[in-house]
Amino acid sequence: MKILAVCGMGLGTSLILRMNAEKALKQLGVEADVEVSDMGSARALAATADLVLTSEELAEQLGPVKPRVVTISNFIDPNEVVTKLKAAIG
Amino acid sequence: MSRVPRATAVVAPRPGLSALLSIKAIRIGASARDWRGAVRLAGDALVASGATAPAYTDEMIATVEELGPYIVIAPGIALAHSRPSEAVHRAGISLVVLNKPVNFGHRQNDPVRLVVGLAAPDEEGHVTALGTLAEFLADDGRRDELLRSTGPDDLLRLVEAFEGDQASQMRRSTSDGKDLVDPK
Repeated sequence: MKILAVCGMGLGTSLILRMNAEKALKQLGVEADVEVSDMGSARALAATADLVLTSEELAEQLGPVKPRVVTISNFIDPNEVVTKLKAAIG
Repeated sequence: MSRVPRATAVVAPRPGLSALLSIKAIRIGASARDWRGAVRLAGDALVASGATAPAYTDEMIATVEELGPYIVIAPGIALAHSRPSEAVHRAGISLVVLNKPVNFGHRQNDPVRLVVGLAAPDEEGHVTALGTLAEFLADDGRRDELLRSTGPDDLLRLVEAFEGDQASQMRRSTSDGKDLVDPK
């Protein structure tokens, strides 16, 4: 599966998100690629992703997209990402 | 397990956190009136370390004006940054510990006590350093210790000690080049 981590610029928050998502997937035993994206290209990239990870605020700006959107409030807490990914795909 | 090798394993090592965090880019006990002031402190610290030109500070502020306070990535922590631009001379990280927290308007993670400034000339060169910082801050005890730093050298020592521990763990767990699991 393909997971898209979205942040405003695609190089700060989303990199941290990707790191924690990769750890979480390994822990959950799920095989997936995690890509990062800025807000500008997120809508187009989301069309081919199975899941979008982003913040609540950016999810609102992103609006409706095809895959399920999982919002994270604490980007540096690996446990939140594990819990929410598990609920979404586990 | 991912079927592709982890990116960090196939490219040249990227600079670590202490390589991007200059002592000139650390501010302890700083005061800001509002979020703009707090981001400006982080931007000024990047300028002082030689990583950016002052225009980048305005770009970081414009990012929040444009996209909102999503840069408050965890309770009490903001990651101020913008795009790669002409105002970025090289990758750099600044750390500003505020003596009084300020609100960014984030629903869950306000108020902010620590502002991280990030300057990146490309999209991936800072990934190792940023990852180490995120891991450092993910632990409440370490984060509190960082917030209690008495000066820039004190803070830098904490970061370097953590980075050293992490590197030696990494060497142990990847000593045979394949096994990523910590040996018991």
